[in-house]
Amino acid sequence: MRPSIRFLDEQLITRILDEARELLRTLGVTIHNPEVLTILGDHGAEVDMAAEHAKFTDELIDKALKTSPSSFRLYDVLGNQTHDFSGKNVHYTPGSAAINVLDQSTGEARRPVTADYIRYAKLVGGLKHIAAQSTAFVPGDVAEPISDSYRLFLSLLSCEKPVVTGAFTKNFDVISDLQLIVRGNAEELKQKPLTVISVCPTAPLKWTAAASQNLLDCARHSIPVEYISMPLPGFMAPVTIVGSVIQHTAETLSGITISQLANPGTPMLYGGAPGIFDMRFETTPMGAIETMMIDCAYVEVGKFLNIPTQAYTAMGDAKLPDMQAGFETGMGAALGALTGVNNIAGPGILDFINTFSLEKLVVDNEICGMTFRLLEGIQPRDDFPAVPLFEEFLRDKHLIIADHTRKHLRDEIHLPGPTIDRANRARWQKKGSLTIGELASGEVERIVAEAAPTGLDEGVQAQLIERMEGAARSAGMDALPQRDA
Amino acid sequence: MRCPRGTREFGSSFTVRQISTTSDPVEIAGSNNQNQMEPEMGILNDIGASLLAGDDKKIVEQVNHAIETKVPTTEILDDGLIAGMNVVGTKFRNEEMYLPEVLLSARAMTAAVTLLKPLLIAEEVPSRGKVILGSVQGDLHDIGKNLVGIMLEGAGFAVVDLGIDVPPNKFIEAAVEENASVIGVSSLLTTTMANMKGVVDLVEERGLTEQVKVLVGGAPLTEEFAESIGANGYAYDAANAVEKVIALVGER
Repeated sequence: MRPSIRFLDEQLITRILDEARELLRTLGVTIHNPEVLTILGDHGAEVDMAAEHAKFTDELIDKALKTSPSSFRLYDVLGNQTHDFSGKNVHYTPGSAAINVLDQSTGEARRPVTADYIRYAKLVGGLKHIAAQSTAFVPGDVAEPISDSYRLFLSLLSCEKPVVTGAFTKNFDVISDLQLIVRGNAEELKQKPLTVISVCPTAPLKWTAAASQNLLDCARHSIPVEYISMPLPGFMAPVTIVGSVIQHTAETLSGITISQLANPGTPMLYGGAPGIFDMRFETTPMGAIETMMIDCAYVEVGKFLNIPTQAYTAMGDAKLPDMQAGFETGMGAALGALTGVNNIAGPGILDFINTFSLEKLVVDNEICGMTFRLLEGIQPRDDFPAVPLFEEFLRDKHLIIADHTRKHLRDEIHLPGPTIDRANRARWQKKGSLTIGELASGEVERIVAEAAPTGLDEGVQAQLIERMEGAARSAGMDALPQRDA
Repeated sequence: MRCPRGTREFGSSFTVRQISTTSDPVEIAGSNNQNQMEPEMGILNDIGASLLAGDDKKIVEQVNHAIETKVPTTEILDDGLIAGMNVVGTKFRNEEMYLPEVLLSARAMTAAVTLLKPLLIAEEVPSRGKVILGSVQGDLHDIGKNLVGIMLEGAGFAVVDLGIDVPPNKFIEAAVEENASVIGVSSLLTTTMANMKGVVDLVEERGLTEQVKVLVGGAPLTEEFAESIGANGYAYDAANAVEKVIALVGER
């Protein structure tokens, strides 16, 4: 059996959903987008255009849920399938949109530039347990209006894995154009999604003009979205976990409704990024156990609705990739995996999603690998009847070369990569007494140096460059930063 | 056509490296195409491949065939078996082979050496060396020590295992009687590791320091401890013990 955990029983999930619907019916949602309000009004919502507000109906919500896909797949830049967002399948994605990169050589968190991003993308390409790229941080060497599309551009050129990204400017046409160039046409992009776009409601119960427009844009291109509701218990959400999940459910249901009414069947992830509010420091720790509990709880609601899920659970809040970073990430990754989150985000992230560390990403990749072993659970493998094996054991005094050992060794025991120290002390000392940070640093350099060039067609690459250069010129830049440093 | 001892390829994908702590990969010049090899090279190549696969049945057939077709015994040993175990050692260190596969190869090696033994004695070919093994006096643990024994045999050494709770004089007597070059002493307990010094002291007392080297190992030990009791070497695991024994035998 596959191991799993539950935080909510069905009765509580139903109650949470009822309360969330009640919020949408009676209090409604503020939406700063006339087009979205019109769509909702056309389908029976009670809309106040002047107040930019809509009250939902159960029929409206039910209609949206009926067309919500229960699964979808992602494909890499070459068109190969990489993700199957269905059931309890788990995939890991690096955390995204950090403002700093941790420079391992100086220990300083600094603004990242293009060269950092390319190193990151190459690294992701070499990490076995990380299935997708995220647009992990924002390069600071391009004009602000193109900073979101530029991250995607660099990802598509530097690594073949699909991309979880977001749009925070009005440049969605660049983001969609880049994807259309890779796939060739709109139908191919629809058949083989290349990205998931994170779209965030604002607490409480509000959609900004940009976010709601993103929902419409994604729906029109059938580009998958993940809703990132962010309740902050005690500050921007009820302090209780259940209260926060009710808010999350209402905000996410409102997003689902907008997407599905705009284009029925739009693929979606039922996601979020809650964080408890630490009243001592005015921070939102992502590595807090209650944050993880809210994540797991809303994922259970999403699964109850039969919608694939996403959660930011595998990350830490320490400023360096230290013991705190390790235990928070490990705990969150394991909880997310046991809950069956389809897209677990966070690897590489530190400092309340403000800082990204390539070294931490290497370590987190090992955490992810261990959770995949965890999910395989405990299976009988030629263990019954037990007497013959133990007869062999008693006869030979050991089982180290037994057929049983050799047959099952690699399935039963997950052996992590070179970052994880399992040597005895003498052997460890012989290798230089390296810390996990030093080992990870070596792995970063090795993987980046050995990264193979992308298999993306050179003509397609040229089109991507041309499109991005055009966007850069529109944003007032003469040229894009050098990429071959 | 002979390769230097321990520097051969089996098939086309392996670079042979001596089992030692310092040596670098040795690239082999010449063709890997068996059809272009002299017949005995093909047999030796097959023996090496069977060793790598840990196939103790096939290797017995191949070694018998090599003996029948008059391939020199030393070539079978050096260019087939020992060179093959060197590849195994390299692959183990590179994490391409795990302990069970290494021990299977070791078992195949033992089966092959058993066939060669009468010929080696008749031809007066010196053995790679003999090692006396045992758990130190007062210590009843033997799993690590047994693993060392299997690995040493697999590397072509003769091993005399005295078992557990072995007093110093038993080690010395066995070493003299068997004309062994190395005594390997194991300890799992901090309370028994001090007894290892008794073995080292007795070797010195009997004036055997030139002929017999003492190698120590076990979970609580360190390089510093080994040095402090005057041991000739310290091994941190079984594979390392093979490397250290090779180095000590070379020192003799």
